[in-house]
Amino acid sequence: MSATMEPAAHVSSAVRTDAPPAILLDKVNKWYGALHVLRDINLSVAQGERVVVCGPSGSGKSTMIRCINRLEQHQEGRIIVDNIELSDDLRSLDAIRREVGMVFQSFNLFPHLTILENCTLAPIWVRRMPKKEAEALAMDYLTRVKIPEQANKYPGQLSGGQQQRVAIARALCMKPKIMLFDEPTSALDPEMIKEVLDTMVMLADTGMTMICVTHEMGFARQVADRVVFMDRGEIVESGVPEQLFNDPKTERLKTFLSQILRGH
Amino acid sequence: MSDTAADPRLLRAPPKKGIRLSWADEKLRGIVWQVLVVGVVVSILWWLVSNTSHNLEVRRIATGWGFLSREAGLPIGEHVIDYNPTNTYARALLVGVLNTLKVAVIGILLATVFGTLIGIARLSKNWLLSRIAATYIEVIRDLPLLLQLLFWYAILQGLPAPRQSLNPVTGVFLSNRGLKLPWIQWQDAHSFALLGLVAGIVATIFYARAARAKQMADGQPRKVWPLALGLILGLPLLIWAGLGAPFAGDIPALRGFNFQGGLTITPEYFALLLGLVMYTAAFIAEIVRAGIQSVARGQWEAAEALGLQRGRIMRLIVLPQALRVIIPPMTSQYLNLTKNSSLAVAIGYQDIVSISNTTLNQTGQAIEGIAIIMAVYLSISLSISLFMNWYNARIALVER
Repeated sequence: MSATMEPAAHVSSAVRTDAPPAILLDKVNKWYGALHVLRDINLSVAQGERVVVCGPSGSGKSTMIRCINRLEQHQEGRIIVDNIELSDDLRSLDAIRREVGMVFQSFNLFPHLTILENCTLAPIWVRRMPKKEAEALAMDYLTRVKIPEQANKYPGQLSGGQQQRVAIARALCMKPKIMLFDEPTSALDPEMIKEVLDTMVMLADTGMTMICVTHEMGFARQVADRVVFMDRGEIVESGVPEQLFNDPKTERLKTFLSQILRGH
Repeated sequence: MSDTAADPRLLRAPPKKGIRLSWADEKLRGIVWQVLVVGVVVSILWWLVSNTSHNLEVRRIATGWGFLSREAGLPIGEHVIDYNPTNTYARALLVGVLNTLKVAVIGILLATVFGTLIGIARLSKNWLLSRIAATYIEVIRDLPLLLQLLFWYAILQGLPAPRQSLNPVTGVFLSNRGLKLPWIQWQDAHSFALLGLVAGIVATIFYARAARAKQMADGQPRKVWPLALGLILGLPLLIWAGLGAPFAGDIPALRGFNFQGGLTITPEYFALLLGLVMYTAAFIAEIVRAGIQSVARGQWEAAEALGLQRGRIMRLIVLPQALRVIIPPMTSQYLNLTKNSSLAVAIGYQDIVSISNTTLNQTGQAIEGIAIIMAVYLSISLSISLFMNWYNARIALVER
């Protein structure tokens, strides 16, 4: 459907298997009341690895990545991010959130701040960066996502695609080691999806560790080192994109892929 | 530029729209309605003025403001400035205005603080706290203010007489004559110390601004509170000590049937203030809750994901957005509190309405009396509105 469906050259991989994993989920379980939303999730993401998570809605994929920077709390198992274990210790939480950037489906830009202020807020208040330096950094990233000319506008004045690119720049200004994307293109019009995906491909090229919840299969083929398929709170299948898409092992993945392809 | 000037398409002016002489014409219809409305308003005003002046003439009532300089002969129990019944009506009315301001200004401050706390408590994750806040809001909101004022006044009247007064702490007496508190005998040194306090606060504001500017320049946050504490507390203490640290207590004591000395809070003022603050706080609590809840959850999440701490998120992200929802209805509540303070007349607190009423009874100058009440409330209300609108415009940022 989108332009990224064309079989572009696979982005060169930067996976470092020799180093300790960037993210490790070990038997993670979570319930909403009595509803068991994450079941024994085991996932290890190497430094520089790009993982795409897909699955039907309600399968727990958003919940899983939201557990990684503790926007949701898991109730059982261990999550280790950048060698720090997530616990009730607020200091470890602060340390993890500094290293993990997140992009949301609904952008969540701060409407009362300009684009530039959206980008400089966290570097100034969390990284304690001088304002001038933070602004230079923000302009650098806004240039990379190709909207430096919008720096002094407010989020409400931008299109959806532009807002999502600002959200990516805002997260990058914290110089994170890991980026989480929670359905970043689901709220966008078709013509804006491409500009956001292109930005993400560019980011993947830099060797950033990424976990991306998305239904954009073209993006997965082009960028992902690994695709993880989730259904009903568990990881059903995972593997390199070609293998997973061309030769699904389980009925559930076959059904899901046929529905996705019919929709496109 | 020369290219655009040459292109005739870019020079085309918008078409001129004339007025059609037809009832179907939107513009013409608008003009006719406006003329009609202005006509009706002017004739009602003319009728009111001519009718009044005719009736005054028939009843031979002299109008004018001469009565203001006559002796009032009216006793006022509570006055911020010196007053006795031999003073003029003008001074009596001024005492009334100050009494109204005393209850309105302190009431607005207390209702804002109290209401905000209840509003936040209502949102608390603590079940007991949020239920208590919710119950408070529902009960207080649903009962008429006049009833509440009479209730508080009745309770305060039910307190024992001065001789049997409650004496929880040495020097503090609670009786049906009000609350008596120990105070200090005011001297010049105290005035200077008070000035020092104001200077300390101003200096702190400037220091905090400078500290913020420095942080923006080199990224290092600076602790403001140690020096702020020194400036705000230390400066007045230093001035007071430098002037010989004068201190003499003014302790209330029972003399005959009543107390002498000390600071008095009368039952009338206390009941009015309590009623107004509790009543308005219930409304303010709901406004604050609505304001905070109007900020989407995603704003919290995005800020948390960036690593900002909760206090910073509240101050930098949530409050600036919530205030834009909070300020306009808050202005209405401030105006309500001020105007509701006229219910003072029901429990015998002598505000501007009470004193104006007595004045117009004694002098027969009804029109002037009512005009004074209207002018006073209009001035106070307009001042509040102007200030709040200015503040609202300051925080209302461009969104699109």
